[in-house]
Order: sequence, then structure tokens, then C-alpha cells
Amino acid sequence: MIPAADWTLCALADRLATGEVSAVEVTRAYLDRIEALDAAVGAYLTVDAAGALAQAETADRHRGEGPLAGVPIALKDIFLTRGLRTTCASRILEDFVPPYDGTVVRRLREAGAVILGKLNMDEFAMGSSTENSAFRRTGNPWALDRTPGGSSGGSSAAVAARLCAGSLGTDTGGSIRQPAALCGIVGLKPTYGRVSRFGVVAFASSLDQVGPMGRTVRDVGRLLEVVAGHDPYDATSAAVPVPGGLGELPQGADLRGVRLGVPREYFPETGLQPAVERAVRAAIEQLRDLGAEIVDVSLPHTKYAVATYYLVAPAEASSNLARYDGVRYGLRVTADDLQGMYAETRGQGFGAEVKRRILLGTFALSAGYYDAYYRKAGQVRTLIRRDFDDVFERVDAIVTPTSPTTAFKLGERLDDPLQMYLADIFTLSCNLAGLPGLSVPCGFDEADLPIGLQLLGRPFDEAGLLRIGAAYEDATPWKARLPGDPPEVRR
Amino acid sequence: MAARNDFTDPERVAHVAKLARLALTPEEQAVLGRQLADILRAVDELAEVDTSGVEPTAFAGPEGTFRAPGQRVAITNAERLANAPEATAGAFRVPRVL
Repeated sequence: MIPAADWTLCALADRLATGEVSAVEVTRAYLDRIEALDAAVGAYLTVDAAGALAQAETADRHRGEGPLAGVPIALKDIFLTRGLRTTCASRILEDFVPPYDGTVVRRLREAGAVILGKLNMDEFAMGSSTENSAFRRTGNPWALDRTPGGSSGGSSAAVAARLCAGSLGTDTGGSIRQPAALCGIVGLKPTYGRVSRFGVVAFASSLDQVGPMGRTVRDVGRLLEVVAGHDPYDATSAAVPVPGGLGELPQGADLRGVRLGVPREYFPETGLQPAVERAVRAAIEQLRDLGAEIVDVSLPHTKYAVATYYLVAPAEASSNLARYDGVRYGLRVTADDLQGMYAETRGQGFGAEVKRRILLGTFALSAGYYDAYYRKAGQVRTLIRRDFDDVFERVDAIVTPTSPTTAFKLGERLDDPLQMYLADIFTLSCNLAGLPGLSVPCGFDEADLPIGLQLLGRPFDEAGLLRIGAAYEDATPWKARLPGDPPEVRR
Repeated sequence: MAARNDFTDPERVAHVAKLARLALTPEEQAVLGRQLADILRAVDELAEVDTSGVEPTAFAGPEGTFRAPGQRVAITNAERLANAPEATAGAFRVPRVL
């Protein structure tokens, strides 16, 4: 069998375009790895072998037509896929089969991509460890008893374990960047409005954004080019042109003329794992060696991001999730009357974290508490945005750790929601301010667990972030390090 | 502050659960109530931020991106009903309301 899984997405796409390999043999190679290895990793909720092979055959008949022709991709199970079950890892959508493709799925298909299946996640994207899935646990390919991060943990695990060539996730408070960091891959949360959210199950609509996850910065750039851009189906989608060439960024570029800000609030005296701080400080020196100017900056309202986020996001979620009522789709639990049916359906259909956030959000929006909680959080959100506006007058991008720790043990934080929320302490502000954020691997801790470097940019400057990320990636050895395969368990 | 967010009071949890149309078991009510009280204590730190005269942000997109959706996806009634828990005569069936 061909070693298709050893190639980056860009290298694979190039080999497919020249006809060196066929889409069918590449897809078979990936399906074989999923069959052999996913029982141990637990990344997939649904594998669509027949559909993937049919798409691969089509790609082989139209070789080279489309930037992803024949490239096997897998999707977080939050993207609506026509005819293919979409659960959001929730009992309430266990049997839901969408009647249409979301915009990004349509764009992937038009680019020739092969969709292998749907990946595990925290239920409704609420969580930081993928343990809130109603269906299965996902292990980190670097240490299977540890979390792959969340909520896009199926995506990060599948990319790291080479069970797909690339993936799409969603990021509401860090759900692309934190799992990317914990699994040693690259993840991009684009600017709010950059990628269409049409056909993506909504969690918190002013924060949600779709983004690519891959093994290299250029892989992520290639995927972004395909899915980004204005979409008339999404009223919040921005009519801002998408730059080209993001998959072909020049090799070995330097960073002369680039000013990078290092915010002191992202290096707290407690809570930051020493190995993470060492790796990120070393990465900053590497960026300086590449020619970047490093500037100390301050984002003074950073400490309030967690509290702000955990009012804004649950408030929006409590409203968005009102649609799961047992009437039009999803689970229905019968009761004597309509109100009882709503309450029982939702009580049995949602997991604990989703219930926590619905209650919190309902409370924050309720009469008598709205001003003290929801409105107050919106005001602090304004101050957080202004912090970034001020700093971006002086620097081109901001450099921080992505996550305060490396991957923690499965089960370790399950009974302590507040502790779990702190996993996103460095990623939340980016969503509150609507900015783009990139996580790239920047080393390993003593236990050989990956560490991520976060780059935050000006609105719609994904290209700038990818350019910095590619220069750093080219100058460091991290992308060459891959986790070993887990033991084979064929069912 | 404690009084306004006292989720340790089971009646408070029950009231918010009713607003959210969520049936909770007594055990869930107790555990969720404790956890929500902890979370609200933590978010209360926002009270120390001076926000006088600051307009709230509800949407962090660039200016002028709001527009009416230009198109809708065409779905047949049969497709719409295919995921219905219960359908009858081309419509969703629900328990008697009146």
C-alpha cells in the first residue's frame, strides 16, 4: 500500500494532480488506517467509506480539477453534510441526517476533496477536552490516556494520528487552537466573518468561526483558501477578498520588518506550566533571529476574558439551543403535554455541560440580572477589543502560549468545570475581539507532549499570521516529529 | 452579591430550569446548582471593572457586514419532514395544545 498518510496535504495534493498516485488508492490507504487504528484513538463518530470511495473515483476522472482534488478530509461533526449523519456529539441529534450541505462542505466538494467522515467533539462544541461527547472518548495520539483538547478534539487527534490529510473545526473560545496545540498540529481560527457559518450548528453566534486544522502551516493555508470568502447565505459573512498563494508560501522566508508584541499578561506567575513558558520564550527568540522586532506590550483586561466569555457564550447558547424542542428534528421524549415534552426531551437529550451553560445563559439573560451579567460582560468585551486595537497600532501580530499546559489526563478535570474553563484562558480574548489566531507547534515538554505557540493578528490578516507561522515552521524541527501509531485493533 | 446569584437555593435552580425548559433530576439540580454558584462567584469579578460610559459589544464583526441573507436553500417538504420525530399529513405532529 502507498504511504499516502506520510505526505502533508500540500504534497499529497501535488502528487494527485500529477497523477503519481490515484485518489482511490490514497482514500483506501486512509480508510485502512482508520479501520486499523481508530479503535485506539477514537477520533471518528461516522466513517463514510462508500461515499469517500465514490468521491475518490470522481476525483480520478477529473484529475487536477480543483485545489483539493482527491485529498481525503474529515470534518468535525458540527458541519451539515447532506445525507451523512451529523450529531454534534449529542444524543439530541443522534439520528439527524441533514437535507443539505453547509457552505464550507459544498466548497470542499467543489474543490475535489474526499470526505472520509465525521469527527468527535465536545457536545455542541462546549468543552476543552472532547470528554463532553455523548458517544466516545478520544485519546491524544501522543499519549492515549490524555485529552486531545477540545472542542475540536476529534479533528486534532485525526490529523495528528494521520487518519485524514486535514480537517475543519470550529472555534468559539479556542476550540481549534487549543486542541491543535495539545496534539502538535497547526490550527487557524480565522477572523469573525472570514468563513461562512451557514450549515454549521450554532453555539454562540457572535463568537463561532470555522477554521482549518492540518499538519503544516501551508496545509492550513491551502484549506483556508478553499473555504474562506463571502457567502450570501450567511448574513455575518464579510465581503473581504481572500488572498491567494497561502498553500505556496515561500520557503525559508525571514521576518525582517515584522513587529511582534509579547503581552505580559499571557505569562502569569502561576498557572503557566514551566515547560510551556520555556518553549514559548525560545520560540520568541527564534522569531527575533528570523528578523522580527520583539516589543513588550500590555493587554490589561486579559484577566477578565474568562468571566466575560462565560457570560456571553452561554447567553448566546441558551438562545441558539432553544431550537432543540423535539418538534421538527432530533430526539423526542413524549410527555402529557407540549411543555412537558420540551422539558423532558431537553432534559434527556442534553449532557451535563450543555445543561450548565443553558442554565447559566438563561440566568444571565433573565429579568433583573441582564444588566449585572450580560450587559456588563458586553461592556468588558468592548474594553478587551480596545486593548487589541491599541496594541495593533504598534505591532503586526501578538505572540503568546496557546494553552497554559500540555495535554492533561482524561477524567482529570471532568468534575470541576471552572478548572476546565481555564484551559482556554489564552484563546478566549481572540474570539471576544473577532480576531484571527493561529497555533503552531513550538516544542515538547518533559513527557514528550506537544506545546503550541499562538499568533494573534489584525482583522482579516490571516495571510500575515500564516507567513510568520511558515517562517517559524521552516526554521524549526517540530513538524517532522509525529506520534507513533497506536496498537492495531481491527473490528 | 451572594444573594443575587444564590444557585445553592434549589428553588432558584428549579426556576431557571423552568425558564430554559429543562427537566432536571433532583441530583442534577443539586450538583448543577453547586457548580453554577461557583461559576457565578468567579464571574462576579467583572463587577470591579469600571465600565461607566462604555457601550457593550454584542457583535465583533467588521462594520457593515450585516445584510439580509440573499438566498435560501430549497428543501422539499418531504426532506423537511424526514427528520421529524413524528409527522402526519405533511406536517409535524405535536401533543394536543388546546
